[in-house]
This record gives sequence, C-alpha cells and structure tokens, in this order.
Amino acid sequence: MTDAPEPVVITAADVQHLAGLARIALTPEEIEHLAGELTQIVDSVAKVREVATPDVPATSHPVPLVNVLRPDVPGAVLTQQQVLSGAPDASDGRFRVPAILGEEQ
Amino acid sequence: MADGTAFASDALLDYDEALAKYEPVLGFEVHVELSTRTKMFSAAPNPAAADSGSVEPNTMVAPVDMGLPGSLPVVNAQAVRYSISLGLALGCSIAETCRFARKNYFYPDLGKNYQISQYDEPIAFDGSVEVELEDGTTWTVPIERAHMEEDAGKLTHVGGATGRIQGADWSLVDYNRAGVPLVEIVTKPIVGAGAAAPQLAKAYVATIRDIVRSLGISEARMERGNLRCDANVSLRPRGRERFGTRTETKNVNSLRSVERAVRYEIRRQAAILEAGGTIVQETRHWHEDTGTTSAGRPKSDADDYRYFPEPDLLPIQPSAELIAELRAALPETPTQFRRRLQADYGFTESEFRDLVNANLLVELEETVGKGAAPAQARKWWLGEILRIANSRGVEAGTLVSPLHVSELIALVENGDLTDRLARQVLEGVVAGEGSPEEVVKARGLAVVSDDTALTAAIDEALAAQPDVLQKIRDGKVQAAGAVIGAVMKAMRGQADAARVRELVLERAAR
Amino acid sequence: MAAERELVRWSAARLAEALAAGEVSSVEATQAHLDRIGDVDADVHAYLHVAGDDALVRAAEIDRQRADGTAPGPLAGVPIAIKDVLCTSDMPSTAGSRILEGWIPPYDATPVARLRAAGLIPLGKTNMDEFAMGSSTEHSAYGPSRNPWDLTRIPGGSGGGSAAAVAAFEAPVALGSDTGGSIRQPAAVTGTVGVKPTYGGVSRFGAIALASSLDQVGPVSRSVLDAALIHDVIGGHDPNDATSLDERWPSFADAAREGAASGSLAGLKVGVVHQLDGSGFQAGVRQRFGEALKRMAEAGADIVEVQAPHFEYALAAYYLILPAEASSNLAKYDAVRFGLRVDPGGSTVEQVTALSREAGFGPEVKRRIILGTYALSAGYYDAYYGSAQQVRTLVQRDFDACFTQADVLVSPSAPTTAFRLGEKIDDPLAMYLNDITTIPANLAGVPGLGMPIGLAPEDGLPVGLQVMAPLREDARLYRVGATLEAILEREWGGPLLAQAPALGSAASRSDRIRTTPGTAPAPGYGTEPDGGTL
Repeated sequence: MTDAPEPVVITAADVQHLAGLARIALTPEEIEHLAGELTQIVDSVAKVREVATPDVPATSHPVPLVNVLRPDVPGAVLTQQQVLSGAPDASDGRFRVPAILGEEQ
Repeated sequence: MADGTAFASDALLDYDEALAKYEPVLGFEVHVELSTRTKMFSAAPNPAAADSGSVEPNTMVAPVDMGLPGSLPVVNAQAVRYSISLGLALGCSIAETCRFARKNYFYPDLGKNYQISQYDEPIAFDGSVEVELEDGTTWTVPIERAHMEEDAGKLTHVGGATGRIQGADWSLVDYNRAGVPLVEIVTKPIVGAGAAAPQLAKAYVATIRDIVRSLGISEARMERGNLRCDANVSLRPRGRERFGTRTETKNVNSLRSVERAVRYEIRRQAAILEAGGTIVQETRHWHEDTGTTSAGRPKSDADDYRYFPEPDLLPIQPSAELIAELRAALPETPTQFRRRLQADYGFTESEFRDLVNANLLVELEETVGKGAAPAQARKWWLGEILRIANSRGVEAGTLVSPLHVSELIALVENGDLTDRLARQVLEGVVAGEGSPEEVVKARGLAVVSDDTALTAAIDEALAAQPDVLQKIRDGKVQAAGAVIGAVMKAMRGQADAARVRELVLERAAR
Repeated sequence: MAAERELVRWSAARLAEALAAGEVSSVEATQAHLDRIGDVDADVHAYLHVAGDDALVRAAEIDRQRADGTAPGPLAGVPIAIKDVLCTSDMPSTAGSRILEGWIPPYDATPVARLRAAGLIPLGKTNMDEFAMGSSTEHSAYGPSRNPWDLTRIPGGSGGGSAAAVAAFEAPVALGSDTGGSIRQPAAVTGTVGVKPTYGGVSRFGAIALASSLDQVGPVSRSVLDAALIHDVIGGHDPNDATSLDERWPSFADAAREGAASGSLAGLKVGVVHQLDGSGFQAGVRQRFGEALKRMAEAGADIVEVQAPHFEYALAAYYLILPAEASSNLAKYDAVRFGLRVDPGGSTVEQVTALSREAGFGPEVKRRIILGTYALSAGYYDAYYGSAQQVRTLVQRDFDACFTQADVLVSPSAPTTAFRLGEKIDDPLAMYLNDITTIPANLAGVPGLGMPIGLAPEDGLPVGLQVMAPLREDARLYRVGATLEAILEREWGGPLLAQAPALGSAASRSDRIRTTPGTAPAPGYGTEPDGGTL
C-alpha cells in the first residue's frame, strides 16, 4: 500500500454508470465535464492510500460509543396529513408515484 | 392469472428423473418481522406487533421511517434482545461487536433510498437448526448468519390489467410497514437432501416459524408477511463437486408454497440442463395461483449496493451477562417440544404425527394451556378446523385462536352446546363474528336446558305419539328415540338430547 | 431609528440584560433587527426567509411572559438567525437547494426546539451553499450571500448566511453547522465568532444531513460569550440522536465569563500545529496569526510547536468520507415524498427521480454525489473509503499526541481572507483548500472555535484564529477565546466589527461596494511583513 497508487482515469462511461447508480439524469456535457474533474479529484484524494497500511484500524465515528439503544416504548408519530404534507402527489392517504419500471423487491 | 401465459411455457422434467440425475442444493433467506411494540429505528408503533389491527395508511410513521430530511434512527433495545434470543435459538455465536450498515438502492418503498441492515458484522453467525421431516427423520440445517434490518413500506399498483407492477399506471406508497424490525436468517448451502429437498424446505421454514413463535418474538403469520421466505435452488449433476448456478425464488409465503416452489425449480432447472441449456442467475417470483415461478431481474451491476457502516448508529456490543440471561430464558427447541407434548398428552405415534404434519402442535399446546383436554383439543383441531382450513387452502392455525377453541370445548363440556351446535359456532368464530360466547348469543344457538321449554316440547311430541310411553314401560326403551327426534326437530337442534331422553324416561316411569 | 441602529449592535448578552431589566422589549429588539434586515439584506443576502410578523408575534408573547414573570430563561426575547440546514416547522427549510424549495418540515430540529423553549426569537433562515457543500455560499441555489466587509467578496461557507447576518448586524447571534469548517471559516472571513462543538455535543436531529459522521451544529456570534450562551441552550443529550453524548456539560457561558475576567492564558500550553502553521497562507493571515501568538505568550501562555504528520492526508480523507456519506444521505431526494418533482408525463418513477435530481441539484452537489458513489462502489471501497477511514484513525492519533504536549491547539482559521465572488467557483480543488485548517477537527470530532484576530494589512479584511481542544473540552475553548478576545479588544478599543464599513441606508453606494483592496487602514500591529509563528 505504500507504493504510489496507479493513476486513475474516470471515463465518461464510468460517470454514466455512477450517475445511474446515483439516479441523476446527467446531460452528455455534464458527463464529459465530470469525467475530467473527477479524474483530477480522485487523483488528489488517492493519496490516502499511502498511509493506510493494514495495521491501522478504520474509524467510522469520531467519538467511540457503543450500545446506544432506545427503550421499546411508543412515542409520537406524524399524522397522515403531516406525512403527506410535502408530497408532490398523493391519493387515498398514500404517496402517488408514476409507474415503476422495475419489479417487486 | 392474466399474464400467466408469459411463463406457462416452462418445460419441466419429471421429478424422479430430475432427482436421479441431479443433486439439489438449497439455501434460504427467511425474513422474520419482530413483534416489538415500536419499530426498529423509531418510536412509531409497530404494525407487526401482536395487538396491531388494520390501520389507515401512513398513520404509523415517524420522520425516519419515511426518510424525512434531518431525521435520525435510534436502535430499539428490545429488537436487539429479540435478535440475540433468535440467534441463540438458532445455535449461533453472538457477535462480541456488530454494527449496522447502509445498503444503498433506490426504490419508492424505501423512504431513505437505503436500507439500514447489517453487512460484514451480523449480530449472530454460525449456527444450526435441527429439522424433522414428516417421516420422522431429522436434518441439521447449517445457519450462516442472522442479522438485523428494517422492513420497507408497501406499494399498491393501480391500473393496468393485472393489479401487478407490470402494466400499472401508477403506484401508491404506504410507509406504515417501513422500519418494522426484521431479522434475516441466512442458511449455508444445504446439500444431500435429495428427493426430500422440497419436504426439507417446508420443514425448515416451519421450524423457524415454531422457533420464533416459542420465543414470542414474532406473530410469525406467513399469510400476513410476518415470515417471508426466499428459496435458493441449484442443481449439480450427481457426483460433481462444484455447485450449479442458483436462482432465488422470492415471495414464497406459505409452508405449502415453499415445498411446491422448490419442487418446481428442481424440475424446471433439470429440464433446462437436460436440454443442454444453462441456468441464468436470477431472481424468480413464485405465483401461488399457478404454482409456477417466473423470471425476474438478472443479477447485475445494479446490485452494487455500496454498503458502508451506518454513520448515524453505533456498534452493538452485547454483554456476556445479557447473552447469558437470554440463553437461560430460551424455550425448548421444537424437537424437545414435540417430545414433551407426546409424552405429556399420551397420544399414540400416529395420532401425534397427524398433529405434527398439520403444524398444529403449538395450537394444541396453547389450547390445552387454556384448559381443554388434550384429546378434545386434538379432535377439534384435526377435525372440523382442519377440514375448513383445507377447503379454503389456508393454514388451520390462521383460522381461529387456541383461546376460542378452548372456550368452544368448554361450552360443549358444560352441556351448553352439542357437537352439532358447536360446529355452527365454530363457523361463526371463523367468520369473524367474535368469541364462541358472542357467536352463541348473536346466533341464538345455546342448548335449551330450560326444562319447562323441554317439557312443553315433550308434551307436544307425546300428544302426537300417544303410544310411546307405554312402549317404554313395556321395556322398549328405544321407542323414546322417536320422541327425542321430534323434540330435537321442534327445538331446531338446540336441545341437549341426553336431557330430553332423561325427561322422557322420567315421564314413562311415573 | 438611531436608537434601533444602536440596538442591533448590542451583543446577545447585553440585550438579554436589557430585556431582563425591562429597558427594552423583545418586540423592540426584534423590530430593530427586522428593520436592519430590510435596510441591508438586499445587499448582503444573508437570509433566504425572514420570519417577519411571526417573529413579532412571538416577541410580544415573550414580553407578556416577562411581565408575568414566566419568561422561560435569561435569553428569552433575544432574536436569532437559523441556518437553513435546520428544520423549522414554521419556515421553509431548503438547505440552500432547489430540490427542497418551499419545503416546510413537520417538525423542529432539536437545537431549534431548544431555542424556542428558551424563548429566543427566530428571525429567519440564513443562506448557505447547497446542502452545506461549499466554502463561499456561491453554491446556494438562491444566489450567494455577500461579505459585509466588502460586498464583492464571499462571506465564507457553507454557513456564509449566518456569518454575514451576524457581521451585518442583521441578528445578534445565529446557528450554523460545521462539517469541515462551515462555521469556523465563515467566521474567519467575516470577523465573527463561531464554534464547532465536540461531535455529539449538540444534537443533529433535524439538521439536514450532509455527512453524518462529520456534521455538528454550533453557534455563530460576534463575541465568545454570546457563542457560549447559545451553546448552553442548544447543547446536551438528545435521545433522538444516537451519536449525541449523554453527559453533563459545564456552563460554557461561565467559562467565557471566567476567561474574560480572570484570564486563562497564564501557564497554558498552546500548541502550534506545524502542519497548519500557515506556510503558503496569505501573508496578512500569517502575520496576524503570529501576532496573536505573541499576545498569548505575553499573557503567560507557553507556545509550543507540535507535530501532526497525518494532517497532510486529512483533506484527501475528508473528500472521500464526505462525498460517500453525502451520496447516501442525499438519496432521499427522489421526488416521491417531498421536494421537487419533474414529471414530463409518461415516464417511469425511475426517470422522474433521475430528472428531478438532475434539475434539483446544483453542479457541486452532483459532483460530490458522483464522487461518493464512486468511492463506495464495488471494487473501490477498500482503496478509497476504507483507506480514508484509516486516515481518520491516524488523524485522531495525531490529535491525541498533540494534546499530550499542549492544552489547546491553534492555527489560522482559513488560509486566506475573503476572496472575490466568482474567483474559485470553477476550480473545485482550489475551493476545497479553503477548509484545510478546519477539516482535521471534524475528522477527529474535537471542538474548534474561530475568532477574529485583526485585519490583514494587504486587503483590510478579517483574519481568524482557530483554537482546538480535546474531545469534550469545549469549555476550554470559551475560556481561552474569551481571554484572548478581551486582550485584543482592549488593543483595538472595541470589537473588530466596529471597523466594518457601514451598510444600507447609512452608507453611500460607493462605500458599500469596495473595489480596491487594502483601502481600509488595517488595525493591529501591522509592521511585521511576515508574522512567522515562532
């Protein structure tokens, strides 16, 4: 890991794929532009690999706490009106969305 | 089903032929909805809790359940305890430390567009479950892991021809179920069951159901989605080491379906392999109505879930004391339970086997626990209740509660109901008319035990058949039958025949 | 009008005393600030939403309670501005994004609820870079805020709106949020005070998430004491945030008062982090930083140099961790439950979500979402996100080591003074460098305070000092900050902001728009070209 990392090139196809995962309909111009920018950014952030040797544990929380739990006691809920208050579209007390391309998960 | 033609063309190989050539390898992912009072990560009431009735959509929702900006999850302590208990009951090791992770994918029923789950550090791992097949043989199913996660909301597809997702004009989303605590139990590959694979599948899911029920951690009603099974099936030519490509059949939501779906996949895959084809690694959907599976999404890059440790939540480190406490409180295993019941109730092997096969042991025990005699409880569950269940194609345990069965039996024992009336009362209970007591009142079905009313009916019957009393006095006691029949008819069956007989004989003796 | 103009220059502490003494009513104080907003905010654009009459109604209620003797606390009636990243049940909460335009949450963020419970009067919601991604407010979907010291310059970011509001006397105090410097860097470039508390010290519940493991809500003010007063109100355990620290905190206001009154620098070990000491920073920034060290030394502090070798990797780690967490946190904006929906008709929900996110997110948000998606995606996780989390461990260890040698650590809050609007907007990497001194504290969770230490001689713009303390030692920041503030204000003859140019109706147009740098006389010591640290 201490070797200099291979230079990374992020292609337009990569950005297209990532935009699909992130569900953003980028324009072809945005994709081109981002490919260049991300290559630059990734190149500069890749330096983390220089010091991330296997003996170093990962830290995901700045302050180490464990077992932060909540008693199983019912609390406040939103009213149906509150739940739907920001809905772009709703009917029958539910959010209404256009047809789903996929399938049942 | 309207679009059944889309997959009615699956070629199927004869089952015995398939088994002669291929060894099925199974794997299961069973999702158990925990019956905690509140949700996994919010204090909203849990619709999978015991006392939760049907409610209006989007009325059991806290901000985090619908992914409102700024909302945060907090872990339900009871859900963690339940998960540890389940892990222990599955013979698993409990992790000294485990954590939650985000599984990122977009779907409208997922309020945050990520599911909080566990990834590389599940709370329980490496266990095994003993499973007993209908013929009494036992299998040990190896458990890979059991991890905590949250359920998604519910979609209703509107418009289109089928009410299914394909062809729908739009969908409606209700987040009441979003955030219901789940434990996902994942098996290791199950090898060697051979022709018994479908039976083993059913027995495994039934065993999981019995375990979570005996732990009291889930309502475990498959028809309500409290327990959901995804079945992985692959075939390998007999004698080969390497596993074949597997399919994952989703939506298998009854014990009967588990067995059927596995059998179907074995036959379908065998036919493809026999024809020289290859199995596609894909999700398949089980269709209860046609008894078939249909192709879903192939596994692909889209399955890049970008798991990473959930930054809003902290690691869980169950203490040794907690684990010891929960271990000490574990109920007996389903196998131990069966052995105990058989011994306690004195049933013969075949009487007992019937109960096991009908999956009615838990119901039986609870019915006896409410005061019914074991023989009576068995008679009702295996008799009238199972008959109704079979005629409707549902599980007997879902029709009526053990409490109501025990109340029904008590009414018969007390002479308030005849068997015939009791069957009518059962109908009413099954139809949702209330408790046996309530059905008796509402339908006016009680046995007439008022001697005045009976005497009047007997007088009337004797007036019509004046020679009967003399025949009895002459020793032809069976002549009473005609009067008893007439009285019962007059009372529309709501009389205690034994009491009528007593009264008639008394009259003759005067 | 003159009296009102005076009123808006009061600190929250002074205003609270006057309210308690009945010298001024909350309605008067609130109205004065609303008038000031009306006068100058067209130029400054600190606010995205002004509460207006709602604030006056609430103020009148507090005045009644005060008369009845039921006022809820010492700060009751004091107006405050709220960064638009915090959910408010009575005002839109957009996080500076088009995708949340007009969205009114059904609940208050915990810090907001605590402000209300203490009787403070929300004046409105302040501008910010979209979803707090930026260092200038130029990434706000609603246009940038401007620096009250020079309206052609940025007020910092992401919380430039809160800093500008306080610096332009449009609010005595404000709330901000700090993920990599979004409170401290705007404080530096506007000559104000801002504190990023210990991670977990203030609840994140209701703060629209950028990067969950880095975000922290904190106070923005014109004095160290005012920041402490607000911190006392908003801080403390919240069961709705699992990462909230469950412990008793000392009174930060007491710490600030004690620091101002008795001094706290004698014998204090002040560590200058070699890696943040300012080489490569703007000359005026280095100069004022060096002078501040001298003042501390003169007050008895023991200035020591400390090493944090892995801070060099902090920026890189930050720009992996933040986008990764943000890419997930921002997935909820899908046009299903709230926010913008772009539906051309005949589309699937997948297309509608993708089109809505395309239209609703600005370029910086898209850039970071794509970067974060990349960092988490299969095959790259270990190399990027995993490595970044390891660097986080190394940065924490560096802090631990530094704090064995020093009681507090100091650095310039930002490498430069306020730059011009538009100057770095097209160069993301240059923009990211603005947070180079503030990011390590977020990675390690330690608290940091930013405060003004003078104006850079070359451009007459404010320079900020950052003070950092160990985890949970926020009180130390207030003590030290208040002591240094007292020393500096004695030298300056008053607060630094007294030297800021007039705005609004009090200023001529030419005063307001300064186009030549360095036209204002720079206060301070001004003779050393390079303030070198030691």
